[in-house]
Amino acid sequence: MKFRNYLEDITGIGIYPLISLLLFTIFFALVTLYVIKGNKKHFEELSNLPINDKNSRS
Amino acid sequence: MELQKFQYDNKIVKLFAYATIVWGLVGMLAGLIAAIQLYVPALNFSIPYTTFGRLRPVHTNAVIFAFVGNGIFMGVYYSLQRLLKARMFSDLLSKIHFWGWQLIIVLAAISLALGKTTGKEYAELEWPIDILITLVWVVFGWNMFGTILRRRERHLYVAIWFYVATFVTVAMLHIVNSIEIPVSFWKSYSWYAGVQDALVQWWYGHNAVAFFLTTPYLGLMYYFLPKIAQRPVYSYRLSIIHFWALIFLYIWAGPHHLLYTAVPDWAQSLGVVFSVMLIAPSWGGMINGLLTLRGAWDKVRDNVGLKFLVVAVTAYGMATFEGPMLSLKSVSAIAHYTDWIVAHVHIGALGWNGFLTFGILYWLIPRLFQTKLYSQKMANMHFWLGTLGILLYAVPMYWAGFMQSSMWKDFTPEGQLKWQFMDTVTKMIPFYIARSIGGTLYLVGAVLMTYNLVKTIRAGSFLEVEEDEAPALKGTYVSHAGEHWHRWIERKPVQMMIVSLVVVAIGGIIEFVPAFLVKSNIPTIASVKPYTPLELQGRDIYVREGCYTCHSQMIRPFRSETSRYGEYSKAGEFVYDHPFQWGSKRTGPDLAREGGKYPDSWHYNHMADPTSMSPGSIMPQYPWLLEDQLDANSTIAKIKAMKRLGVPYPESYETQAVSDMEKQAGTITENLKKDGIETLPDREIVALIAYLQRLGKDIKGEKTADKQ
Repeated sequence: MKFRNYLEDITGIGIYPLISLLLFTIFFALVTLYVIKGNKKHFEELSNLPINDKNSRS
Repeated sequence: MELQKFQYDNKIVKLFAYATIVWGLVGMLAGLIAAIQLYVPALNFSIPYTTFGRLRPVHTNAVIFAFVGNGIFMGVYYSLQRLLKARMFSDLLSKIHFWGWQLIIVLAAISLALGKTTGKEYAELEWPIDILITLVWVVFGWNMFGTILRRRERHLYVAIWFYVATFVTVAMLHIVNSIEIPVSFWKSYSWYAGVQDALVQWWYGHNAVAFFLTTPYLGLMYYFLPKIAQRPVYSYRLSIIHFWALIFLYIWAGPHHLLYTAVPDWAQSLGVVFSVMLIAPSWGGMINGLLTLRGAWDKVRDNVGLKFLVVAVTAYGMATFEGPMLSLKSVSAIAHYTDWIVAHVHIGALGWNGFLTFGILYWLIPRLFQTKLYSQKMANMHFWLGTLGILLYAVPMYWAGFMQSSMWKDFTPEGQLKWQFMDTVTKMIPFYIARSIGGTLYLVGAVLMTYNLVKTIRAGSFLEVEEDEAPALKGTYVSHAGEHWHRWIERKPVQMMIVSLVVVAIGGIIEFVPAFLVKSNIPTIASVKPYTPLELQGRDIYVREGCYTCHSQMIRPFRSETSRYGEYSKAGEFVYDHPFQWGSKRTGPDLAREGGKYPDSWHYNHMADPTSMSPGSIMPQYPWLLEDQLDANSTIAKIKAMKRLGVPYPESYETQAVSDMEKQAGTITENLKKDGIETLPDREIVALIAYLQRLGKDIKGEKTADKQ
């Protein structure tokens, strides 16, 4: 299955990496915001999940 | 709230733990033998099954898929059940997964020794085994997701996201890179060719590192480090950010294996930029790991498992700084094809993967057998031996890499290359010896661990029934007011899997689509023609013997390379190469323009005994090629397969192929006779000579390549 010679050029292809960059940047920004503003208690509860099980002795 | 009682499945964890230890020893031993073969070529034994070219993939597959693979499953099966407060979804699936995986490993070891290989690094296993891998991987995912859906702990701890991302991405990578057309039960050709194959292969190869060697082990780190240190992870928020950043960015980094090669510039640049960005999320993981121990460093002094984990996370940090640095084009220009890359790999492999596995084993086995570790002293000795082993491995290889690179690039004041390639090989020997001492220390440490753990197991009694109780999940979840979307996805494993898949797919799509569809990325060269049937057979012998493990076929556009090897390699030269054979390492010289450099008799003598033509050579001998008959019956099937892949052989060429083959073989036999060598034209060596003499010849007549 040779793909060469299908297209001389993909005109306007630059839009796709741009969309991808925007998606990533916005996603990243939102996740960072969530993490900064987020509920401290909830994060503490989650980080203790591996410790709060039956096997908790050193 | 009614408490449900249930039991954790420890048997499956025990099985995976045993497999991890056994295959670890096997894989390390294979590596050690391969390392010694480089300065004691006699250890190749002059038989096909034990040559470096066949042993190297046995080593890589054993340590990656058998050692680390079983280590992943050991850790996942233990932690998943406890984080979710649920027994594995299906004991039957667990068993199928375990035995299926071990079957794959055994088939891999046998088939690779027999030369059944695709010729693509870390994806050498042929198509029947690829299918088996897919089936077993699905069983693993089914079991894992079934458990997640049955969980009693609603929120998915960060380790589990890493397991989910691992599962879905490895599936994607394996399937896409393994698309191949079978020619016989044990032989297939990659659907992709040349530049495209290189891009797909290293998208896969780098992400095998990312999603098999890194993400599952980060998941294990996030569970076992807090568990053993009895402290929560330093910053849960950081783990959220670095998880998403890591899985998005990692995928794009593949082209950093292809800098200054014939892949398009834009692809190389993407690989560079994303590899550098990757420092941030990788170090997020390292920081989270190390800072979890803040205020608890005294525990490290007394707990040998923690010692291993600390070195593991540190090695992870080192390797994930070095990797991005190596991805800069100027650094890659020095490091590519040298032993520096080998050093880099083993910092990660021995330090991160090895030590994390050891740390977990030292904690887990006493727990599973309800006893204390047999000998703390031995475990500490293992720690120091292993650490010393890593240093003695890496430092000689760094030195060797720099020395090779400088010597390859060295010119006399008159403008001539200063060193023959053989001079650089000879200079490497002391470093190969030192490295194998490092590897021996590391292996001895692992043997010590095995003894220690066996004694521990014998002294203990297996905890087959481990009970726990927890309330079942409420049917509906009452969300907190103003709850953020990430909290939502932490509760929804299927959505997390789908979103992860979308995130990891983006990089691949953007890097592949233009490379596959846009003509200008691989300019056609009119003089480049398909391989003749005899050359195709010879190429398959080249692949079978694993020649690409020591020889590259990609000349970079540097004066030092064009002076030594000839015109630098162009994208259009590789359009019929199913699979590509650019190689990653120059233990021996580049062969891209080998065609026509030496007479046929030189190659005949060289394959029989390399030192006869190249005194001081460390290359193995290949005497069976002179005696074994070429499998001429496969020729028609191979031509047909190539035609199906789009290689423009003439209409009905299969009917002519065998006679063309015999004609070309006759010519070569005549040439050999003139130089005093008698051979029958149907021997494998004739086919191999035909292939080697074709390499790089097509554009030698061209003054300029056709550029469109």
